[in-house]
Amino acid sequence: MKSPSLQRRTLGLVAVVVALLTLFVYVAVRSGPLAPVAVTVAEVESRALKPSLFGIGTVEARYTYKIGPTFAGRVKRLDVHVGDRVKAGQILGEMDPVDLDDRVSSQESGLKRAEAALREATARQSYAETQARRYEELLAVRSTSEEMAATKRQERQIADAALSAAREDLARSRSDRDAVVAQRSNLRLISPVDGVVLLRDADPGTTIVAGQAVVEVIDPKSLWINVRFDQISASGLAADLPVRIALRSRRDQLLNGRVLRVEPKADAVTEELLAKVVFDTLPKSLPAIGELAEVTVDLPRLPEIPVISNAAIRRDGDKVGVWQVVDGDLRFTPIKLGTSDLDGYVQVLDGLQAGDKTVIHSEKALTAKSRVKIVERLVGAAR
Amino acid sequence: MISLAGRDIHHAWGKFVLTGFGLGLLIGVTLIMAGVYRGLVEDGRALLDNSGADLWVVQKDTLGPYAEPSSLNDDIYRTVLAMPGVDRAANVTYLTMQVRKGEEDVRAMVVGIAPGLPGSAPGWPPYLIAGRQITRGHYEAVADIASGLKLGDRLTIRRNHYAVVGMTRRMVSSGGDPMVFIPLKDAQDAQFLKDNDAIWQSRRRTEANPAFNRPGVPGLLEAVIASQSTNSSVNAILVALKPEQAPDEVAESIRRWKRLTVYTRAQMEDIVVTKLIATSAKQIGMFLVILAIVCAAIVAFIIYTLTMDKIREIAVLKLIGTRNRTIAWMIMQQALALGTIGFVVGKIAATFSAPIFPKYVFLMPQDSIAGFLAMMAICMLASLVAIRMALKVDPAEAIGG
Repeated sequence: MKSPSLQRRTLGLVAVVVALLTLFVYVAVRSGPLAPVAVTVAEVESRALKPSLFGIGTVEARYTYKIGPTFAGRVKRLDVHVGDRVKAGQILGEMDPVDLDDRVSSQESGLKRAEAALREATARQSYAETQARRYEELLAVRSTSEEMAATKRQERQIADAALSAAREDLARSRSDRDAVVAQRSNLRLISPVDGVVLLRDADPGTTIVAGQAVVEVIDPKSLWINVRFDQISASGLAADLPVRIALRSRRDQLLNGRVLRVEPKADAVTEELLAKVVFDTLPKSLPAIGELAEVTVDLPRLPEIPVISNAAIRRDGDKVGVWQVVDGDLRFTPIKLGTSDLDGYVQVLDGLQAGDKTVIHSEKALTAKSRVKIVERLVGAAR
Repeated sequence: MISLAGRDIHHAWGKFVLTGFGLGLLIGVTLIMAGVYRGLVEDGRALLDNSGADLWVVQKDTLGPYAEPSSLNDDIYRTVLAMPGVDRAANVTYLTMQVRKGEEDVRAMVVGIAPGLPGSAPGWPPYLIAGRQITRGHYEAVADIASGLKLGDRLTIRRNHYAVVGMTRRMVSSGGDPMVFIPLKDAQDAQFLKDNDAIWQSRRRTEANPAFNRPGVPGLLEAVIASQSTNSSVNAILVALKPEQAPDEVAESIRRWKRLTVYTRAQMEDIVVTKLIATSAKQIGMFLVILAIVCAAIVAFIIYTLTMDKIREIAVLKLIGTRNRTIAWMIMQQALALGTIGFVVGKIAATFSAPIFPKYVFLMPQDSIAGFLAMMAICMLASLVAIRMALKVDPAEAIGG
């Protein structure tokens, strides 16, 4: 007794059951550990890499002139402010001379006194000279005693000695005065170069110890960048290589420069190589001292050999290599890597040929037993 | 012989299938809950797998780097590298923080990875789903897809900006936070770099300290301030062993001669799974048990009601002399069919809804099989109660009442 309504029911039931079962099988196979791993595959290209090195550094001045007194003292006046341009030889300020001016006038008086003493000694000497000569003549005609003549001769010698003592005394006094005057002028703070005032460490009235800087002047033409490169990725760094400099305050504006020198002493603690980079032409508005700069050093172009993206590099046990899809199966190919560039391409020295296909991206870590499904792009990985 | 159960289901299949669907959704929730529990544990394992390490060298007497803070000088890795049996060793830092992208921020675990080529040092993301690995020593990042970041995005960590150059999948911390890989030196800075206000205040504090700011010693203050703003610490050293090396032996020799704490993979898994996520896993586990009990109770109740609905028909069957065994078999068959539909619907619902959850939901096939068997057992037990009621029914009820 089959009625049409019964058949429809059967059909409906079968449809629901079949739909459910289909979904179930799909779910069981397409998700979880049984599902194939989606991967993207790319061909190994032969390409000439243009490797670059990337480092960061700070803008520094090659020469910084720290100007300060050589004696302890107090700052009397300071005529320049930070940012002022100064000329070589310009007086920037002066230390308080305290008693130096008085000592200069004291030395002046001493000098005058010594001059007077010299005049006196000269007068005495010329008189003694005359007397000695006269007694020599008298002795020749026997009008005086031998003793008197000897006394006059001795007096002349004494007057000679007194004269040269007075001369030396004058020279000493003059030197003494010059010394005090030199000390006095040493209190002036003078710029040794044409430059810009970088720092003003003390204001008038401040007491300064000997050797402490009052003003720091830099030569703006001597700005350079002290760049640090990680040692592991600094092979090929050498002097005279061209660089591109991006200052932190003007990221989008690339400046050109070159490596001036690579420091022979590396930083052992931070494991970095240090290099000095100079600008080809200084920007019109000077970069601030201490500003962070990103420096990219362009190395010479390398010969054309197979390269892969560094996303393809995997590790299987103790071997570094890539996964290749061969007849639907995965195979791990150990490779030997060469130089890499900053765009993520790495030279393959051994193990792959141009035109070989390797797995680049994968949804999961791959093993030789993984089932794979090659796709154009992985889910969620928008480019 | 005709199938009584088949005929009965056939008779009111719409109701039967709908009941199965309702039951299925309930089972789906239970499966999801099991998946959440497994996902918690799996997140912990993924963290260890992705690090690529065989040994973790951490500060002495700490459970670092995942379960406790740990701090090591960043040059210790060289001495570890010199130990026999060690193939590769690399510094690593971990810091869970808010990573800013424009106006929004994402909670992420920032991982500092040692420079070099991928594959040369442990700690690098083992595979990518887009983009490339880090090549510059500064200001590049590889982010997990769960962070919502995209290739080419610029993100801000502390005061530095990073360009996202690669994407990963399933690179998460034990708490399920997506990872963001950045170069080690930047990560060291990020970990210890204070905000600018704090730096200024700290400088002023140092300046105010007469011991450091002495007029007679120019340069002392600058030296002190410089020494305050450097960081040469990392959280752990990841060690990969040479093939065929016993991890315990190498770990023991590092422990003994370098006086550091070392964990092997097994010990680390123990720390992460039993210590770090123990409470939340137990919480979910507890909830799973309750849900399973509730689920069983509802299944039993449905089957009981279904049987009770046709108690008159059963009485008629008895009246015409059907054997008890046939009636019992019919009820059990129906219960098992209901359970099967429920399970299939539940499994499908769970699989399709799992990716929507913010944290990882790991549906293990073993869990599904165990769930199916449990479902069948519950259905059978529930049908026993119904069968008992059906067999006790008086055939006279078919005519009376």
